[in-house]
Amino acid sequence: MFHIDKDTMVEILNKGKRVDKRGFYEYRKIEIKKNVIPKAEGSAEVKIGNTNIIVGVKMDIGEPFSDTPDEGVLMTNAEFVPLASSDFEPGPPNPESVELARVVDRAIRESEAIDTKSLCIEAGKKVWLVFVDIYVMNYDGNLIDAASIGAIEALLNARFPKLEKDGDDYKVVYDEKAEPLKLNKKPLCVTFGKIGNHIVVDTNALEETVMDARLTVGTMEGGFCSMQKGGNNGGFTPDEIKEIVKKAQELGDELRKLL
Amino acid sequence: MTDIEFFKDGKRIDGRTYDQLRPMEAKAGVLKNADGSGYFRFGNTIAIAGVYGPREVHPKHLENPKEAILRCTYSMASFSTTERKRPGPDRRSIEISKVTTEAIKPVLFLEEFPRTSIDVYIEIIQADASTRCAGINAASIALADAGIPMRDLVASASAGKVAGEIVLDIAGKEDTEGEVDLPVAYYPKKNLVTLLQMDGKVSFEEFEKIFDLAVNGAKKVYEVQKKALKDKYKEEVVE
Repeated sequence: MFHIDKDTMVEILNKGKRVDKRGFYEYRKIEIKKNVIPKAEGSAEVKIGNTNIIVGVKMDIGEPFSDTPDEGVLMTNAEFVPLASSDFEPGPPNPESVELARVVDRAIRESEAIDTKSLCIEAGKKVWLVFVDIYVMNYDGNLIDAASIGAIEALLNARFPKLEKDGDDYKVVYDEKAEPLKLNKKPLCVTFGKIGNHIVVDTNALEETVMDARLTVGTMEGGFCSMQKGGNNGGFTPDEIKEIVKKAQELGDELRKLL
Repeated sequence: MTDIEFFKDGKRIDGRTYDQLRPMEAKAGVLKNADGSGYFRFGNTIAIAGVYGPREVHPKHLENPKEAILRCTYSMASFSTTERKRPGPDRRSIEISKVTTEAIKPVLFLEEFPRTSIDVYIEIIQADASTRCAGINAASIALADAGIPMRDLVASASAGKVAGEIVLDIAGKEDTEGEVDLPVAYYPKKNLVTLLQMDGKVSFEEFEKIFDLAVNGAKKVYEVQKKALKDKYKEEVVE
């Protein structure tokens, strides 16, 4: 890990520059690869600068929740595997990975990108379970946006495995792919960091070591579906928040073109 | 969609106006053993918070030589909900504990207590929406009651959209038709929002309205919190 004093970082930002010479509202280079894991029903690898994330979508059948008997289930999980950073440790999920998964999940769920009713096989008995698993392979900041792009890209290329009737029950044949999963929207998270009085998008790991606060905005084609403030050392003024939300729409629309 | 009529003559189903919070109640020093404690109620949502610390850190390796570590733990009592909640932490409470800690940390002078921990335990004993807000409000009172140096109190409230209308502090029957929920925590002296979450679809204009409403709600909560602390010490003087 590199280290920098917060004062030094703020001095650089005061000059209108960032440590890696980007503009305040400029993302690092984004690379997206589809179908990197053929065994998964859908998958994607996303690189934002040196941040590298793999998302796999797996599907299975199971019982619906009792309060939504005719709806399938979306489950999002994130693993901070220890190979991704010297700061990550093996073991049960830490609050950071729980938050990452829930923030990515919330954008997908709240935008109603997936019609959960279309995942119903037999109401009250069998529905599709869609698992979105996020693996962080290399950490260099802004995991939320990378994971969000990866999750949407993986869902976009996901195909249901073949479903066979097996007497009264059903059987999933993973070797044969059936129809693609339908997405109604492409919700993407856009995350801003506040360092001193400066707001920047797509923070790298070095910036995150001195960041005061973070704001993630879930954007859709026209509008917003989720938000999450994070970060330990401060907050945003109401005016800053409105400014960020406006900017998020613009940047989110740009990101959507990459999918 | 249900057939419930949520709005009539500018009033909500429970008789409140669109920009009205539920009745609030706040108390400081409600527990004996804790170094500080607080109680906060929004209508049927009741939160109790207890503070222990600054004290030795367990496990030891979490110690920070520069400042105290703040750990807020949010938990919902098993009987707090209509259907019994299985006790213990789940993914939702892990996330809320994290955002609660981050909402409160900016107001504490943690640098005055290096190598210690300040533990804040929040128990929601009855849940009817805005539980994280009630928890933050109770925690803030509890920290002040514990005598921990603070720059300000953090006050929290939520606003949202019900059946197409923008309202403050969604509760009760409204919750079943809630389309958007947006909790904030606010640090009044610095005009900083230290917690912001949202779920549900909104346009920018709707977001702005809901957000402003929530921040204004938090400002009203702040007054109630201050009164609770003053009241406690008034009583002590009288005794």
